[in-house]
Amino acid sequence: MPLARQRLLAWLRRRPEARAWSLVGPGVLFLVVFFLLPLLIMAAYSVMSRGEYGGVERGLTLESYRRFFVPIYLTILGRTFGVSLVCTAICLVLGYPVAYAIARSGRWKNPLLFLVVLPFWTSFLVRTFAMIFLLRDTGLVNTWLLRLGVIREPLTMLYTPFSVMVGLVYGYLPFMILPIYASLEKLDGSLLEAAEVLGARPAARFRQVTLPLSLPGVVAGSLLVFIPALGSFLTTDLLGGAKEMMIGNLVQNQFAAARNWPFGSAASFILMVLVLAAVLVYLRIRDRRPMAAA
Amino acid sequence: MNGSPAVELARVSKAFGGVKAVDGVSFEIRRGEFFSILGPSGCGKTTTLRLLAGFEEPDPDGGEIRLLGEVVNTRRPYQRKIGMVFQNYALFPHLSVERNVGFGLEQRNLPRPEIAARARRALELVRLTPDTFARRMPSQLSGGQRQRVALARALVLDPAILLLDEPLGAVDLKVRKEMQLELKALNRQLETTFVYVTHDQEEALTMSDRIAVMDNGRIAQLGTPAEIYENPRTAFVARFIGESNFFGGRATRGADGRLELALADGERVRLPDGRTVREGREARIAVRPEWMDLCRPGEAPPGENALPGEVREVIYLGETMHVMVTLRDASQVTVALRNEGQLSKPLPWQRGDPVLVAWLPEDCQILEDS
Repeated sequence: MPLARQRLLAWLRRRPEARAWSLVGPGVLFLVVFFLLPLLIMAAYSVMSRGEYGGVERGLTLESYRRFFVPIYLTILGRTFGVSLVCTAICLVLGYPVAYAIARSGRWKNPLLFLVVLPFWTSFLVRTFAMIFLLRDTGLVNTWLLRLGVIREPLTMLYTPFSVMVGLVYGYLPFMILPIYASLEKLDGSLLEAAEVLGARPAARFRQVTLPLSLPGVVAGSLLVFIPALGSFLTTDLLGGAKEMMIGNLVQNQFAAARNWPFGSAASFILMVLVLAAVLVYLRIRDRRPMAAA
Repeated sequence: MNGSPAVELARVSKAFGGVKAVDGVSFEIRRGEFFSILGPSGCGKTTTLRLLAGFEEPDPDGGEIRLLGEVVNTRRPYQRKIGMVFQNYALFPHLSVERNVGFGLEQRNLPRPEIAARARRALELVRLTPDTFARRMPSQLSGGQRQRVALARALVLDPAILLLDEPLGAVDLKVRKEMQLELKALNRQLETTFVYVTHDQEEALTMSDRIAVMDNGRIAQLGTPAEIYENPRTAFVARFIGESNFFGGRATRGADGRLELALADGERVRLPDGRTVREGREARIAVRPEWMDLCRPGEAPPGENALPGEVREVIYLGETMHVMVTLRDASQVTVALRNEGQLSKPLPWQRGDPVLVAWLPEDCQILEDS
């Protein structure tokens, strides 16, 4: 056994490319089996016709793709992008100051970061249900507002676009905070001092030094919020009462309820292509500012 | 107003969590002066500079800082007429050289053509060709070039006072020597007051008009390079700047009525006249290695101090030779001799030779903290 091991090591030493593969290999294999393969299967399904009780029939057809481009689905697609964009914007506006405060909080840094990731200790499903208890007519928020005399009638918040947005922002906010925090944290303090000594007041200093240097974090955070938001279906389902459908709900329905796998696959692929296009455009815009990411 | 010094510190103190980083420091810096604050790390020199820059405020009862005659204790850095050069350059990585240099001018809302023209002039001042460097990013520059850009960025605003925080600490030796001379030349040419913080004694001696040596948050000594080197007041200063040989003993009067130091082993060292050493007290002196000479036993020049010993080691340093001598009381003395060419005129001293270490009484530096 030791001999075999030595031989293997010697062989690896002679072949750097084999060594590289021995490191990358397991991960690549995993992704091929559990990501690439299913993706190819989905691609194949999307150009087949639906089976009677789910599944697919043989034969190529673009029917599913053609069927998608009708007003009702395009509205869902538009709503999906709109909601995701608004959600990303709100997360950015709420998350940046939090990340900034944590990055400058000195010894409170670690406890605060801990609080940011604390929600991940429970499942997203449980947290979304908790949101229902907060937002429903007899929920905590309404009870308090009534008791404080701010409102006379309970506000209808649950099963509205508002509750969906609250749920989405709540769910994805940490993904905005963490990358922005990371880029602010490594920002060299002497750059801020240099700006100050050169005459930059706090607002100018933030606009011209802090913000541009934290852009990589903003970009990463925005993508980490925007992309999952596009595909979200749980939040819209539970907090939106399935009234305001997003494309995630559509895909889920097609696979689970309607048993139209080809159409569900086609909808997924259309979303994927659009996400890819959106991300490329976004990155292109970012790269036009030279060195912003450096 | 115009006659007031560039910088005045009056009993300035700054503590961090009970630790006094700067402890009742007072000094004045004349306009146009090249002033260095020299000391080991943790001595308070950087805090002193940061107090001048406005990154730190003195303690509530921590004295007064005046720049050009105005009290600035609580003024923010952007409200002071200062420039600063940082040890790590602190260039904005997302801005080109040109925009880095123009940053301060942009804050003053000057018209673009004027900013561009002044940035170019500043780059020329620090010997960077604007056409070559203006559009480069900081990441495309060498350490020396970065520090030149940082210098241009500070000088473009014509600050009355330029603060430099170990600016050459991170550049290599050759560039450092070159830039030391350039900084000195810029100081003369621009008539800007330079306040230069460094832990490198040679650097401070090379460039400064005056040096403040700091130790433990206080000024250990303030004076011209010659005063600091040739007349260190304390053992700390004598040790920190250059090398020194130390002797301690009791001050007595010799047979001829002159002041002497009686060493523990019975040897006597004559002290210079007119120094305030009290008879009967313990005293400590320092003697620079290059002010000492070696001679054979019994051949001491008349009137000089001479202590017998044995050559322990001869060290070849190029410009000089260091001869380490073990004295009778087992203490070590270093004597620096000029190297006159070992191949043509070798030193007459070898390991194990009995020698006399000799020096003039006036080359004894009497230390205060003895």
